[in-house]
Amino acid sequence: MAKYLLLKHYRGAPAPVNDVAMDQWTPDEVQAHFQYMEDFADRLRDQGEYVDSQALSSEGAWVRSDGEGRPPVTDGPFAETKDLIAGWMAIDVDSYDRALELAAELSAAPGAGGEPIHEWLELRPFMGSAPTVTE
Amino acid sequence: MTGPAAHRGALDERLLRELTPAVINVLVGRGVDFATAEDAVQEALVQATRAWPERQPDDPKGWLVTVAWRKFLDAQRSAASRRAREERVEVEPPPGPTEQVDDTLQLFFLCAHPSLSPTSAVALTLRAVGGLTTRQIAQAYLVPEATMAQRISRAKRTIADVRFGAPGDLATVRRVLYLVFNEGYSGEVDLAAEAIRLSRQLVALTGDEESAGLLALMLLHHARRPARTRPDGSLVPLAEQDRSRWDTALVAEGVAILQDALGRERLGEYQAQAAIAALHADALVAEETDWVQIVSWYDELLRLTGSPVVALNRAVAVGEADGGAAGLAALADLDPALPRYAAAAAHLHERAGDPATAARLYAEAARVASNLAERHHLARQAARLGRARRG
Repeated sequence: MAKYLLLKHYRGAPAPVNDVAMDQWTPDEVQAHFQYMEDFADRLRDQGEYVDSQALSSEGAWVRSDGEGRPPVTDGPFAETKDLIAGWMAIDVDSYDRALELAAELSAAPGAGGEPIHEWLELRPFMGSAPTVTE
Repeated sequence: MTGPAAHRGALDERLLRELTPAVINVLVGRGVDFATAEDAVQEALVQATRAWPERQPDDPKGWLVTVAWRKFLDAQRSAASRRAREERVEVEPPPGPTEQVDDTLQLFFLCAHPSLSPTSAVALTLRAVGGLTTRQIAQAYLVPEATMAQRISRAKRTIADVRFGAPGDLATVRRVLYLVFNEGYSGEVDLAAEAIRLSRQLVALTGDEESAGLLALMLLHHARRPARTRPDGSLVPLAEQDRSRWDTALVAEGVAILQDALGRERLGEYQAQAAIAALHADALVAEETDWVQIVSWYDELLRLTGSPVVALNRAVAVGEADGGAAGLAALADLDPALPRYAAAAAHLHERAGDPATAARLYAEAARVASNLAERHHLARQAARLGRARRG
């Protein structure tokens, strides 16, 4: 069993097949898109493969320390940031192939014209725990 | 007045877990199907975790059977009321023995049925044979409780048509217990200890030499646990472990079980792995390790499994027995895409007197490590050699 993170990007991923920005969709198309995502998460729960999912605001800031006793320094948001993560879904599955299969299913969420977006999702394995027997 | 078994405050979780398979068997013996019986017993376990700290019953097994039976009847009644109201459903206990032969082995077979994915088999075994609650299993595997509950009910649906008592496959049972053991220790349930407890049961039920080999393997590795991690959780490699912290009682028990199994001359992969662990346990300091014998056990293991991962570990052992160059020669035939290939190559290059290549390979191995403890260890190795080279 292994955990994977499916990352959905606002920006930074290669262009999807059905490449129409969401603000150009009809309200019904937007609704159908969100419904697809919820149904997908429900299916994962039923299948015992769901761990977590969250959507992220597109607004954010950069933060760093400015030394002890000084307030943190913030900067941004940077409108020009190339890579912007929109949200994630964490899954716990039997194999890498199963993770690919689920990512492909999520990527086929409907977009403009009710057609699948076929967007690129980033698939990242979690670090596992160290096995007891190694030699 | 309270009975001798009654005390307040502490839940005897071990007793609860030990009784679980027997209570499932009582319900199955009364004609309840496995999936329904298992659900009812799980509910009884959860009730026990609440009730027993207040007062542990004098007859814990009887208590669990009574409560599980009541849960079963409740479930039947509500199912019946959902179904046709005029249809009378028999809810009285069917005649049948309360005590019967130990069917725990049947539970092992069912929960590790070959039609189940390894993950499902692990979850079902921990619940039905191990007596863990869904919450505990979910916590150990770091998934939401609802996800684990679904995984278990799907697993039970998968085996719904398997006849209880059908011949089972011991190899898959051992595989499941090995997976549980290797998951180690995360959360409130000690999975390694749980795997050992279940393996002891399996050995007691079957007495076969490979199950004994698996138990010996677990005991010999468990013996090293106090020396395996630093207080900060980082890994201590075998060669650097403080061997005075190994649990000598566990080592002795593991070696005795292994010797008895090997004496029956039906070698299997777990016995061979345990033999390697026993040779490590035999060395009071790392330098005394009998690597020549370890290599010959790896030869056996390779013959038994044909596994490329075994071949990789064998190359490392060859490096210890005959020097880094010999180890690198043994590594040459293997696929560099194997897990831990770069780490093995780094170690062998260092032994062969090539710290520059070793440092580069340790850094690469750290990048591709699949867990944090190993990544940190490998990154430290790369840094150590890099610093030595820079002076």
